[in-house]
Amino acid sequence: MIEIDISKKLFSAQGEFTLDLELNIAQGEFISLFGQSGAGKTTLLRCLAGLEQPDSGFIKVRGVTWFDSKAGIMLKTQYRHAGYMFQDYALFPNMSIRANLEFALRPGARRERVSELIELMGLGDLQQRKPDTLSGGQKQRVALARALAAEPDMLLLDEPFSALDHATRVRLQDEVMRMQRHFGLTTLMVSHDISEVYKLSQRVLVIEQGRIAKQGTPAEVFKAGQSSSKKSTSGKFSFAGEVLDIETADVVFAVTLLVGNQIVRVIATPDEAKNLQQGDRVMLMSKAFNPVLVAVAT
Amino acid sequence: MGYDLQPLFLTFKLAAVTTLILCLIGIPFAYWMAYTKVRIKPVLETLVSMPLVLPPSVLGFYLLLAFSPQSAFGHFVETYIGLKLAFSFAGLVVASVVFSFPFLVHPVQSGFQALPRSLTEAACTLGKSRWQTFVHVLLPNIKPSLLAGVVLSFAHTIGEFGVVMMIGGNLPGETKVAAIAIYDEVESLNYAAANFYALVLFSVCFIILLTVYLLNRKMLMKVA
Repeated sequence: MIEIDISKKLFSAQGEFTLDLELNIAQGEFISLFGQSGAGKTTLLRCLAGLEQPDSGFIKVRGVTWFDSKAGIMLKTQYRHAGYMFQDYALFPNMSIRANLEFALRPGARRERVSELIELMGLGDLQQRKPDTLSGGQKQRVALARALAAEPDMLLLDEPFSALDHATRVRLQDEVMRMQRHFGLTTLMVSHDISEVYKLSQRVLVIEQGRIAKQGTPAEVFKAGQSSSKKSTSGKFSFAGEVLDIETADVVFAVTLLVGNQIVRVIATPDEAKNLQQGDRVMLMSKAFNPVLVAVAT
Repeated sequence: MGYDLQPLFLTFKLAAVTTLILCLIGIPFAYWMAYTKVRIKPVLETLVSMPLVLPPSVLGFYLLLAFSPQSAFGHFVETYIGLKLAFSFAGLVVASVVFSFPFLVHPVQSGFQALPRSLTEAACTLGKSRWQTFVHVLLPNIKPSLLAGVVLSFAHTIGEFGVVMMIGGNLPGETKVAAIAIYDEVESLNYAAANFYALVLFSVCFIILLTVYLLNRKMLMKVA
């Protein structure tokens, strides 16, 4: 159980705002932090890892106080056992892949753990290579393996898949999910990708301007957009997508969407289309006959 | 060849000792400078860089005053450490350290600053202390900068003249380094000896710098 109640002043392109978050996280839960860049998602991860200090509030993990502004407690990063995966992976360029993992071992840890992780993550062929010679997907796997080598109690993932192509991304999402289950790790992931959030997380926090704007299961959160559109839709199945193009075709509109890595063209009514523009995130739901398009708050 | 080799020997001894001391002081200082947020950082940076622009005689003059047993500093060092700094090898070492300081600190500091912050942070999240991170992660990843800093300060100490002239004088075996010896020989119109010292210094500096450039090229090629 992790209890968080923190606030911190942040400076972004849109000006100054206060990160103000209060949440509890259950052991083993997979939570996604969703929202625009600069909303404070990464800052929350960094505060948890001890890389940044909140202005006030507290963070308690399984009864142990990691941070408490009133009591003046700020547990050092080194003692938090939080596995952090950086956006740039932060592999140590001077060490081989195996050495990167070995360096991460805690004092007194079994050395075989490195070999096990190399096996588990399929890094056998790469273990003597230097990080500079790896592809993005391979680096990402090494970064995950290295974080796990340090026997973390929680996993903090900062846009772990953003720099990868679609196929690699899907494969690594599976990998992360497998590892997370395998080690029963409480996980927080920052992500901009709805499909990723849907696939991996049990709970989504939508963060806007430093506050939790919405939370719930992925289905609840991303469907919440529908209620505002006054239509009572009951989608048979739904996809998250992005609007690439909108064309008029007589009385209806033809909307080109990117869903996953597929491009689809669907018909939208003028009512639906008037709220849409290129680049919008939408939910595409298919009922028995006609598709329904609903804009999603991002 | 009846040339006196002592000035050359003394030159390289001075450069070696200076470089060693510079590494011990300069590398931790460069590390601190790279990450510190103290307000007086611009002032410190300016002070470190001063030897680059000041005439060596200015520095030599003030060091001479400081080293004199009549001054507080000189008196302190002589009474409590037992070192006579003015017109001695020890004094030359202290002066060379000050004079070559920027040549070590600048490349090493920019080396540290060029490293992504996430490397340090990653080591922290893996439970590593600052010292472990410094030794195993930071230092090995700024090797080209370290090499440049060490070699430049070594070569620069070899090439030092003005400061040595001011505070060392011309004592054979103590402060008469090769650069001074050349001046000395030219004054007594002994061009052959001057040429000998000059040629040795020229060759040594050329070879040292060439090695650095070749090594750096090799390291860059390896990365690419």
